Amino acid sequence: MEGTVLRAVNLSAYFGDNRVVKGVNLSIPEKMVTTVMGPSGCGKTTLIRCFNRMHELIPGAKVEGKAYLREEDIYALNPMVIRRRIGMVFQRPNPFPTMSIYDNAIAGYKLNNFKLSREESDRLVEESLKKAALWDEVKDYLRRKGTFLSGGQQQRLCIARALAMNPDLLLLDEPTSALDPKATAHIEHLMTELKETVTLILVTHNIAQAGRVSNFTAFLYLGELVEFGPTELLHTAPKDRRTEEFLTGKFG
Amino acid sequence: MDQRKIEFRMAKDRGFEAMVIIFSFLSMIPLFLILFYILRNGLSSLSWEFLIELPKPVGEVGGGIANAIVGSVLLIIIASLPAIPMGVMAGIYLSEHKRGRVSYLLRLAAEVLQGTPSIVIGIIAYLWVVISMGGFSALSGGIALGIMMLPVIVRATEETLKLIPDSLKEASLALGIPYYKTILKVILPAGLSGITTGILISVARIAGETAPLLFTAFGNPFMNWNIIKPVNALPLLIYNYATSPYPEWHSIAWGASCVLVSIVLVLNLVARIIAKRWKVQF
Repeated sequence: MEGTVLRAVNLSAYFGDNRVVKGVNLSIPEKMVTTVMGPSGCGKTTLIRCFNRMHELIPGAKVEGKAYLREEDIYALNPMVIRRRIGMVFQRPNPFPTMSIYDNAIAGYKLNNFKLSREESDRLVEESLKKAALWDEVKDYLRRKGTFLSGGQQQRLCIARALAMNPDLLLLDEPTSALDPKATAHIEHLMTELKETVTLILVTHNIAQAGRVSNFTAFLYLGELVEFGPTELLHTAPKDRRTEEFLTGKFG
Repeated sequence: MDQRKIEFRMAKDRGFEAMVIIFSFLSMIPLFLILFYILRNGLSSLSWEFLIELPKPVGEVGGGIANAIVGSVLLIIIASLPAIPMGVMAGIYLSEHKRGRVSYLLRLAAEVLQGTPSIVIGIIAYLWVVISMGGFSALSGGIALGIMMLPVIVRATEETLKLIPDSLKEASLALGIPYYKTILKVILPAGLSGITTGILISVARIAGETAPLLFTAFGNPFMNWNIIKPVNALPLLIYNYATSPYPEWHSIAWGASCVLVSIVLVLNLVARIIAKRWKVQF
């Protein structure tokens, strides 16, 4: 393990009085894929939305405990700074509908008013689209709207948009749940490639997907972190009865 | 069920369908009748001179409605300048804060304002602006019309922005883009077609308003570009000329009606085209 990118210490999240994440302690290893797995409604998405401070945008939402990005207190920094360093990909592809593919890829720079020279932005667009394995399919249509692409392509465009910011960490919130099997396979393959350069946290309720792409798995149940360990170990020899029951399809 | 019953039901079905079709056509008749009469009576007085010349004194032949066209344009500009930004901002607020006391009050205010008779709005503008400024003016008329535009724009903006998925806003915020930029550069452009359509519809609505202008803009037989002086407006001119005893003024009123209806028609058509062409696909 090279090091820890993100560390959660006794992290709890609330919607009003409802505690949906309960005192989670977790260390995310660098340049690996870590899966957060668990049945629907167990707080997976809420947990990772605490990491980039998206959770607090919901009225009545609250976070307790600590989270550190490379030993910097996430909740002491400005949320906008944090969100530039922790990218996020959502369940449904959400490219900016009024922007071209090109502008979508560098939207994080354009809308944040980073001045880029023409060459720099060309290079960034090409680089991030290549990282997201989309370049070959769209290089001749960069001026077209992002929404003309297929669902799977749109999702890769969203990945490119997040990667362009050169994040320390990329959060993927069930990125394939709205995609067909072929596009899903494509994205899964992409994730295994991406971990060479960036740390990924993948939220999924798909056990098989967790097994295919991740190095580490965290199993979350009713807001509690039940078990965390290398994916292979957790899948073959779960320590906790609840993990085993989930893996064998007893619930979830 | 026996055959007779089924046949009776099918007959009722056909009867109902026929009624729906007949009434659909009947509801189109008033518009076409209005268009037909206005065109028949107004077209003959239309000419280039009619649009660029000033009215002539009673008894002289010819003369145009240039002062009323200029006045109407002035009034629309004065009305739009505050009403568009205010309305769009309030609409943004409503779509961003769907629940809450302020939203409830704002929605209520917009609804009541939309239902307020235009003559009442005219009186308010008279009390606030005309009396305090000491005279009739384009400014007071524009303010009255702006108040009428406001609720239409608020509701149009709210309805448009409500349809934009939240995921779009999240995508922008998750990139570390500040809230105001998310609204201005991501959300508003995505709703541009709907908002523009709403604005055009509201302009079309106020272009024909007469009542609020009677004691604000007042009317003016001369050309006037000064916004603190009375101006003429198309609906005012139509009102004054149509109720006059002179037949030549009646034909000018028909011509002005023709111009006014064309403007409203064009605004509506443009609004429809924009709604279609600028539509953003999510």
